[in-house]
Amino acid sequence: MITIENLTKRYGTTTVVDGVSMHIPRNSLTVIVGTSGSGKSTLLRMVNRLVEPTSGRVLLDGNDTRAEPAHLLRRRIGYAIQGHGLFPHHTVAENIATVPRLMGWDAARIGARVTELLKAFALDPATFAGQFPHQLSGGQQQRVGVARALAAEPQLLLMDEPFGALDPIIRAKAQDDLLDIRRRFGTTIVLVTHDMDEAFRLGDHVAVMSGGRMLQYGPPAELLTRPADPLVSRMTGLADRAMRLLSLSTAGEAALPGTVDGPAVAASASLRDVLSELVWRGVDAACVTDADGTARGHLTVAAILAHGRP
Amino acid sequence: MKVPGVASIARTAALVLLAAFLIWPQRFAPLFVPLTQYGAPPIYDQGNLLTLALAQLGTVCCAALASTVVAVALGILVTRPSGAQFLPLSRTLVNIGQTFPPVAVLAVAVPLVGFGLKPTLIALFAYGLLPIFENTLVGLKTCPPAVLEAASGMGMSARQRLLSVELPLAMPLILEGIRVSLVISVGTATIGSTVAAKGLGEVIIAGLLSNNTAFILQGALVTGLMAVLLYDALTGLERRVCRTVRID
Ligand SMILES: Nc1ncnc2c1ncn2[C@@H]1O[C@H](COP(=O)(O)OP(=O)(O)O)[C@@H](O)[C@H]1O
Ligand SMILES: [Mg+2]
Repeated sequence: MITIENLTKRYGTTTVVDGVSMHIPRNSLTVIVGTSGSGKSTLLRMVNRLVEPTSGRVLLDGNDTRAEPAHLLRRRIGYAIQGHGLFPHHTVAENIATVPRLMGWDAARIGARVTELLKAFALDPATFAGQFPHQLSGGQQQRVGVARALAAEPQLLLMDEPFGALDPIIRAKAQDDLLDIRRRFGTTIVLVTHDMDEAFRLGDHVAVMSGGRMLQYGPPAELLTRPADPLVSRMTGLADRAMRLLSLSTAGEAALPGTVDGPAVAASASLRDVLSELVWRGVDAACVTDADGTARGHLTVAAILAHGRP
Repeated sequence: MKVPGVASIARTAALVLLAAFLIWPQRFAPLFVPLTQYGAPPIYDQGNLLTLALAQLGTVCCAALASTVVAVALGILVTRPSGAQFLPLSRTLVNIGQTFPPVAVLAVAVPLVGFGLKPTLIALFAYGLLPIFENTLVGLKTCPPAVLEAASGMGMSARQRLLSVELPLAMPLILEGIRVSLVISVGTATIGSTVAAKGLGEVIIAGLLSNNTAFILQGALVTGLMAVLLYDALTGLERRVCRTVRID
């Protein structure tokens, strides 16, 4: 969906993004992770042309993004940022309606879309549509920010540290919501964060940046098992890499045939959670069951541990 | 039903008092008699006070409108990337307008445009630019960066962003600038009478020439009350605008 070719951005003599190339497939959730100042935001902002590249180009479905005026391009791409950036003088409904209005949708279609989104984000339209941003909690503001970014049904959603201002519990909820929304609307998402846990939790592709360069780009497990650079393993963390790897597979994927006596664990649970459960109960095997309770197989501690190393 | 506060009682009283005095000045004659000597008239009798007050208000509003248009336009221009280079020049010009005393502006303007309303409008216009310009500047420059980034990121053109985000957010400060400018202007406008513009300065000058304290006081009081009421009305307007903007 997005092809980034040799993208470079310089401010004066400092190179902020240095020859980055990557291909982001449709329907993926790609996380760009790196320390602060590594050029993540600049890379993201070159995709919707809030920043114009010094050299290189970005293709969207094979078309150069420079083919149309920047503001028209941006209406087709969702954009959500840290601190939400809601318009303080517009109501929640007006904020969400921003892009559909710019695109000239009729009032009935806008109204229906706003209601649909408010419901999708668990915000009761009757209560929230007419409120102003300052009347909402931080978590609600953030949800409205994402709803606004999705309003015109963009194929692509760019998010720059969207959960950075939230406290941990609300952030975890927001991350779950995002995975839900993605399933529901089938949007391709590119998300920037400096939080490695968030990257592993959300991304099916993770790109690691440092000093403007892309050190590695691939599925999260690959970053752990085959780091392209010592800096990548430093950033992903050596101490808990085994647990991190376990958290990337589900019980369903790893289940062995046959059933055993033992506690039931959900097929959707991560191996990390299953292991934790087994340690806690002091047993060494568990039954893996589907959502409807039918047994799908079993897992042993030894089998789980085998998944925690390359 | 809300009980009216002290402020709204005072406001209504001032308005009623001003209107009554301008419509039936002779009724107030007994109050001013002690200020006169040798049987001089206690109430200004060389013209209609209501007409003079309205003329002064009209002059002030015209000048303020012109100051607002120019100062806001200039403020917008110098906060655009393409106009940023004009910021120092604009600041200098606007500051000259403020530091040059209006009397001096009159002295310079009369030989160029003649006596009457024109030189007064020029002096008030120049004098009123600074507060509006500076407030427009602050208002536009202090829009939260995340909000501006979101506006551009949503796909607003520069013009759409200015009209639907930046100006509404700067509006409370712009209105404050207009209020300050207008109030200064109401008082300053009395000097227009020295170059034959119609206004309450006439009453004060007549009082000075004939040594009639009652006239001086009438001119000053009416001018003062108009300034206070204008200030109050614009403060109210500002508050209403503020209620939906930047309350967070
Ligand atoms: N407009 C700009 N002018 C000059 N330097 C900039 C500009 N924008 C970003 N930078 C610099 O580029 C570097 C990368 O910035 P950014 O992409 O925001 O990093 P990140 O999002 O990874 O924290 C930083 O050192 C920052 O100071
Ligand atoms: Mg950043």
